[in-house]
Amino acid sequence: MAGLAPTFGRGAMTNHWVDIRNADLIIGMGGNPAEAHPVGFRWVMEAKEHNDARLVVVDPRFTRTAAVADFFAEIRTGTDIAFLGGLISYLIENDHIHHEYVRAYTDASLIVREEFGFEDGLFTGYDAENGEYEMGSWQYEYDEEGHALRDDTLQHPRCVFQLMREHFSRYSLDVVSSVCGTPRDKIQRVWDMAAETARPEKTMTFLYALGWTQHSIGSQIIRTAAIVQLLLGNMGMRGGGVNALRGHSNIQGLTDLGLLSDQLPGYLTLADNDEQEYEQFILDRARPPLVPDEVSYWRHYERFHVSLMKAWFGDAATAENDWCYHWLPKMGEDLYDILHTFERMSHGEINGYFCQGFNALAAFPHKAKVTASLSRLKYLVVIDPLSTETAEFWRNQGEYHDVNPEEIGTEVFRLPTTSFAEEDGSIVNSSRWLQWFWQAAPPPGEARPDAAILAGLFLRLQRLYREEGGAFPDPILNLHWPYRRPDDPSPHELAREYNGWALEDVVDPERNITVRAGEQLEDFGMLRADGSTACGCWVFAGCWTEQGNQMARRDNSDPYGTGQTLGWAWAWPANRRILYNRASARPDGTPWAEHKAVVWWDGQRWVGNDVPDFPEDSTPGANQGPFVMNQTGRGQLFARDRMNEGPFPEHYEPFETPIANNPMHPNSPLAKNNPAARVFEQDRENFGSFEEFPHAATSYRLTEHFHYWTMHNRLNAIAQPEKFVEIGETLAQELGIVKGDRVRVSSKRGHIDAVAVVTKRIRPLQVAGQTVHQVGIPLHWGFMGETKKAHLTNTLTPSVGDANTQTPEYKSFLVRVDKL
Amino acid sequence: MRGEQINSQNIIARSATSVPSPQERDGGIDTVTKLIDVSRCIGCKACQVACSEWNDLRDEVGECVGEYDNPADLSPNTWQVMRFNEYENEQGNLEWLIRKDNCMHCAEPGCREACPAPGAIVQYANGIVDFNSELCIGCGYCVAGCPFDVPRISKKDGKSYKCTLCSDRVFNGLEPACVKSCPTGSIMFGTKKDMLDLAETRTDFLKSRGFDSAGIYDPSGVGGTHVIYVLQHADKPEIYNDLPRDPRISPMVDAWKGVTKPLMSAAIGLAALTGFFHYVTAGPKELSEEDIEAVRADEAREAERKAEREASERNREERS
Repeated sequence: MAGLAPTFGRGAMTNHWVDIRNADLIIGMGGNPAEAHPVGFRWVMEAKEHNDARLVVVDPRFTRTAAVADFFAEIRTGTDIAFLGGLISYLIENDHIHHEYVRAYTDASLIVREEFGFEDGLFTGYDAENGEYEMGSWQYEYDEEGHALRDDTLQHPRCVFQLMREHFSRYSLDVVSSVCGTPRDKIQRVWDMAAETARPEKTMTFLYALGWTQHSIGSQIIRTAAIVQLLLGNMGMRGGGVNALRGHSNIQGLTDLGLLSDQLPGYLTLADNDEQEYEQFILDRARPPLVPDEVSYWRHYERFHVSLMKAWFGDAATAENDWCYHWLPKMGEDLYDILHTFERMSHGEINGYFCQGFNALAAFPHKAKVTASLSRLKYLVVIDPLSTETAEFWRNQGEYHDVNPEEIGTEVFRLPTTSFAEEDGSIVNSSRWLQWFWQAAPPPGEARPDAAILAGLFLRLQRLYREEGGAFPDPILNLHWPYRRPDDPSPHELAREYNGWALEDVVDPERNITVRAGEQLEDFGMLRADGSTACGCWVFAGCWTEQGNQMARRDNSDPYGTGQTLGWAWAWPANRRILYNRASARPDGTPWAEHKAVVWWDGQRWVGNDVPDFPEDSTPGANQGPFVMNQTGRGQLFARDRMNEGPFPEHYEPFETPIANNPMHPNSPLAKNNPAARVFEQDRENFGSFEEFPHAATSYRLTEHFHYWTMHNRLNAIAQPEKFVEIGETLAQELGIVKGDRVRVSSKRGHIDAVAVVTKRIRPLQVAGQTVHQVGIPLHWGFMGETKKAHLTNTLTPSVGDANTQTPEYKSFLVRVDKL
Repeated sequence: MRGEQINSQNIIARSATSVPSPQERDGGIDTVTKLIDVSRCIGCKACQVACSEWNDLRDEVGECVGEYDNPADLSPNTWQVMRFNEYENEQGNLEWLIRKDNCMHCAEPGCREACPAPGAIVQYANGIVDFNSELCIGCGYCVAGCPFDVPRISKKDGKSYKCTLCSDRVFNGLEPACVKSCPTGSIMFGTKKDMLDLAETRTDFLKSRGFDSAGIYDPSGVGGTHVIYVLQHADKPEIYNDLPRDPRISPMVDAWKGVTKPLMSAAIGLAALTGFFHYVTAGPKELSEEDIEAVRADEAREAERKAEREASERNREERS
């Protein structure tokens, strides 16, 4: 997601599942949708059948998606920036860009400061000692009013377009082929197919998932694809977009509700330690337009923030106490991510750990480190419907998990929860739809909903603070807790709170009452910064209005035949189905192509088959850009401030790479791997070298299983019972391995044993003059559940993450394969 | 196709009996067909799991045999499996052909022909070939009689099992469980005529995408089937995990019908007389040269399968 927000303004799938059927070209890259999203994949098949679309797959392996694709190109894991960077250069140099779109709807024309530069694989401002950038030079030039200078002819040598052109000019066909290991003719074929969608009446969609995010350069891979789509004019269009297919059914909901260490609900952010002043905190986030008259919707930041504080602290939040700003924790680190947490745990700096809905031992990289870290805890609380490997980490499981319980003092508590089918609630899918669902079965035994478990915990803590006092009790004693049954808040109550309500009558500028005190809000346009509204998650405003639960709607009528189904469930924001849909029309308000039309200007307002993602009455003459969350109103080809490793994507090798250096910068050691990635010392020592571990490995999941859950289900266990790894025929022959043999796969961090699936679907690649073999390792199977016992795949993976999100590099690491 | 209760008047043919089946009802009973479009299959196995769910089947948790196929073969409680084949085409491009393998519901079913137990195998007016397990004597003749190697004999109760095409669902106006679960529309269900029309559309589509030999698999040697495939390479059915090019009922079945079956029938008592009548009226058939070749091919195939099974078992034993 960290690649999308800095480009388009929001970190979410831009289009939606059903809309995939409107695409003319579908590129599955960094994901394997047929495998991981088989139900949503029906829309890909619809596009092929009914829209004469072509499906292209670019992947290290010939996957289940490739099985039904029109074209397949193999690629070395972790080199997607090179593949797509080359495409950017190809599009520009061969004039396959959508000129009017690029000029009007992107920042191509804005002029960048003279200090900005790029040399030896590094952008200006690099601090080699701390491994991070000072981003001051990554800025536009501004006039006295703070507006960016621009050259609409795109000729200025320092306009974004020219800088971008120069930056990607190094990614020639030969270079890309050498980096990626993809044969030249295959690359060219994919580029040509993509180039055709520069025509306004053609659209291409990118479908990606964790195959892009789980790299040390993951966010920048997504950025590269986003740039491609802006150049082709495929954003805001039917059948276009950069579409993140989320790996868990409700992971979009997780980010929406801010369940990340630096986030608050609705993509609001926590303050850093040095942000002690409330006014400055708001000022830094209520971003003014950088181009005159743009919407820059985040300038209303305070409305969202104050309404959240009113939802959390009720009457205790007042203008006088800065709406309880000083009760919010401040960040002492950039991010308290899992890698950071387990690093601290491994040093004994964390005593207790609540593990809720997460199988840490199985799911986190470098299992040996995770085991050692958990062993240093005083207590571990596992909140889960299943008996997970994490809850059993202290028990000896023979060769699959060889620990000595006598040496582990961690006390483990297991709190059984209900599963999704045993409770009411909503799930946010990849399309940003909040879909209400209903309990299908009563929970077994003592299982309770997660909310009830946390409520019970909170109420006990609150009582202890009330009765015994303690340091800084205010936020706990004053937390607004209005639920009918305090120890079991219902999903309905929580959903209404996320939507928000009026605390006083809210009036518009004409003094008309828009919503009365106590009523549910209609949308986030009603939010106020004066304390008169409460809202638990501003992007969800509209999900439960006075008209009731909008998420429970099940009207699938589709009057325009576009697949938007505005009456089915409810999508954030404001029930908009295709984000940035203003861009589906020309600057004058007429659609680029009739059969791709989403919204258009009817003379008075914006209308169409979707809810306009735009001010409804903003005339085409007002020249406001379609990317309303961005300060420029435009799609950002140049990421000014929110990408830690640079404003343009650049290829860096995975931290464990099968080649000696970065072919883009062979003489610049600092630019071998992502220069802005955070690497802890003990993790660096645990990186392997290609001399010892020569094969590039990548991990992934299979249709038959969902992560580590379904190993507990007999039918899933029958469908895929035993751990295997995939090895290409050439490598297998070299190692004397035939299908069905047992093999040992080792990395610097440990080994796993598995059955060898020997396949034609993984081919050796020619990379920078040498042969690279790739090994495929499904992530399933462990020592719990119904399947055959196995080592955990994350025994092998390295503990290093993306420089922005710290998402671990599960997709690229080094292994050795031995026949057992 | 219409929703109705299974009743004996729906049966148009029974095994091992010469008593004619009901013939009178012919008002608009269309035969049904399941269309499996291999070119749309992603091998997700949703159909396989749905089959087990609907039919209350739970196989053993097996092991990986070095392929995605799991369970590796049909069994008394696995009535369909996905068979994955890696195929390099004439252009040198890789294709991953994934075929859902289950009972084909032949119009002229070898299993029913071979079965010596009266009424253990029946054919309904809608085309479904069903095993009436209560009457099954577990002799295994249906296994030998099937040109697709589908029925499996249970070690638990000695009876033969296979896909019923969810006859219980179909008689109540529902599609088979596998069809309902398919996310990509690879499995479709309807009247045979509609499915053949659809298959033709699909074949045209495939031809427009460069699959010149795309076609429909509805083999005439068994009178056509009520499970048909759309294949990208209809000229090479064997690349789809040995889908027989020209399946026919083994002439051995006719031989049994002539000689063995009356003896079998005698052994089980009351049916002896009908068998005798059959023998008297149909008489023993002479085998033509073609028939003999077909028998040999059939035997060779069976031997090959047996060798494969043994090899895989050996392999398993060695590993464990």
